[in-house]
Order: sequence, then C-alpha cells, then structure tokens
Amino acid sequence: MAQATTQATVSQAAAEAAPATGAHAEGQHHPIKIYLLVWFWLFVLSACSYLVDYFGLQGYLRWSLILLFMVVKAGLIVGVFMHMAWERLALAYAILVPPVVLLVFVGIMVVESHYTLFTRLFFSGVTP
Amino acid sequence: MAEPTLTQEPPGLSPVYPSLRPSGLRGIVADWASDQRTFKNVSWMKAMMWIFLLSDTFIFSCFLLSYMTVRMSTVTPWPNPSEVFGLTVAGHETPLLLIAIMTFILISSSGTMAMAVNFGYRRDRVKTAVLMLATAAFGASFVGMQAFEWTKLIMEGVRPWGNPWGAEQFGSAFFMITGFHGTHVTIGVIFLLIMARKVLRGDFDKERRGFFTSRKGNYEIVEVTGLYWHFVDLVWVFIFALFYLW
Repeated sequence: MAQATTQATVSQAAAEAAPATGAHAEGQHHPIKIYLLVWFWLFVLSACSYLVDYFGLQGYLRWSLILLFMVVKAGLIVGVFMHMAWERLALAYAILVPPVVLLVFVGIMVVESHYTLFTRLFFSGVTP
Repeated sequence: MAEPTLTQEPPGLSPVYPSLRPSGLRGIVADWASDQRTFKNVSWMKAMMWIFLLSDTFIFSCFLLSYMTVRMSTVTPWPNPSEVFGLTVAGHETPLLLIAIMTFILISSSGTMAMAVNFGYRRDRVKTAVLMLATAAFGASFVGMQAFEWTKLIMEGVRPWGNPWGAEQFGSAFFMITGFHGTHVTIGVIFLLIMARKVLRGDFDKERRGFFTSRKGNYEIVEVTGLYWHFVDLVWVFIFALFYLW
C-alpha cells in the first residue's frame, strides 16, 4: 500500500519535472554564499596552520594541530568545492573509501622504517 | 550523433529528484545493482574525472609515503623546513613566508574556480571565462614562485643526492613531490586557458562540436575542469602540512 503511494508520488513528480528536465539536469546549482563562506574558512584555517609554524609550536600539539587543520581543509574542499557533499553515496563511497585503505599502507611503512632504522643503528654502528 | 537514450531515464527515476531514489546504504546497493550505469545524476565525464583523481591520489600518496619512510628511517637529522624555506624580508627572518604566500594563492585560485563553476551553470559566459582566466593567472604565479623557490634552493646547494643541512633524502623527496605537484598545476593552467577560450567563444551556448571528439560541449566541462583544479589545491593542502610544516 505504502509502496503504491510512493510510486504514484514518484511518477507524479517525474511528470511535473519532465518539462524542466533539460540537458543540464545533472549540474550542481548552489548559492554563491556557501562558496564564499568556505573560501573564507579555508583562508582562516591556512592562516592557523601557518601560525603553528610561526609560533614554533612543537611536539604532539604541533602535529595534532597540523593534521586537524589539514583534514578540515581537505573536507571543505572535497565536500563543497568539489560538490561531493551533494553527490549520491554510490559515488562518494566509491571515491572516498579507497584512500582510507592508505592508512594501512602508512602503518606498514611505519613498521618498515622502524626496522630499517634499527638495522642501520645496530649493524652500521652509526649513532643519530 | 546525439546520445539521448543513455542519459534519459524512464519516468519515475527522474534525475532532477534524486531524493526519490533510495538513500543511504540501501541507495548504494540499489545504484550499484542497477541497470545502465552506477553513478546516477553524474555524467560519464564527471565520473571519469573522479576516477582519474582517485588514481592520482594514490600516486601522490606513494610519494608522501616514501617521504615519510625515508624521513623516519634516516640516521642523520632531517633539515628543518621552517628554516630552509624561510625568507629574510627587510632584515627580518620570516619562517616559511614564500610557502605561506603560495598556499594563499592556491586557495584564492580555488575560490575563483568555484565561482567560475557557479557562473557556468548560470550560463554567464563572460563572468565564467574571466574567473577561469583569474584562476589560471593565480596558478601561473604559483608555478612562478615555485620556480623561484627551486632556484633559491639549488643555488644553496640542494641536490636530489645531498644538501648542506642534513639527511640526503631531503632533496630527492622535495624535488619529486613539489615537482610533480607543479607539473599538475601547469597542466591545470593549460587546461583552464583552453576551456576559458571555449567558454568565451560561446561554444557551450551554441553547442559547437569539439575539434577532437566532435561532441557537443556543455557547461559541465567547467565543473570537471574545476574538479581537477580543486584536486591540485587539495594535494597542496597535504604537501603543505606533511612536508613543509611537519
């Protein structure tokens, strides 16, 4: 019953939409305001990450701030400027999930570089 | 030949009402299990650009990962990027100044590109072209500054096999990563200039056929060009954080 109603709504909506459906039905139309807002925040976040270096913050505070600003900036660019926030999940997941697997690669290479460093220190007798 | 059959869907699956398709995980399964094409509401052109960008993501990731690996495993100290890339302005040592300016230039270019895409869909020919040309100009100045940066470092003795300040791998990682990124920016500038010319000439209003593919273009190519350009900016976000600031 509910399904039948949904289908009726769907075909009704499609019929209404039909004349408006031109060659540009696939475009991304969004108000300019949101672009300006994201643009502004990208500037602020870039300034913040530059200030991390300018004030010479060190240690875990430095690394966590750098990564935080990096991830937020990347999210704004991909989500709004590249319109991924409005794309269907089938595309978003197909594109955004594979790079996450890179974290495994990062883990493997961290282990590998620890091992390389160990062999260099242990067998070549060099001291850092 | 026009291709009406592939882009037009049966009634009830109108692309203008994406919300009428199942959403969430159910939507992913429905899209991937459906007929004709997986990426609904997305043209082949945009889908292929996204898939290309995904492959490019892996290329840049390989560079950044190898940089991480050599930096973590070297027994000689890594040169301090804050000092290496510092500039002396009016007798005052400023860390990473040039890199900061390059970052802001690239972000500005991303903003003008996003506006170009927006005006493209409003079919505002002149504004779109002007904004694309502004984006290209920002990109060209970015490449110019990069050339300046490379020249400065090479004069100071940085080579892919060594440098005056520490770990030899610094040079090879620097030239490889920024060189590859700069190449991407250069290609983007060329791409933008070609597309801006087409927009200004009114190719997408008159549906003029492309000289190579003989396909009728539309303003979506501006968005696809924009995807590439934003990706270049995105890669810089990661290089800036992981190479220059770390």
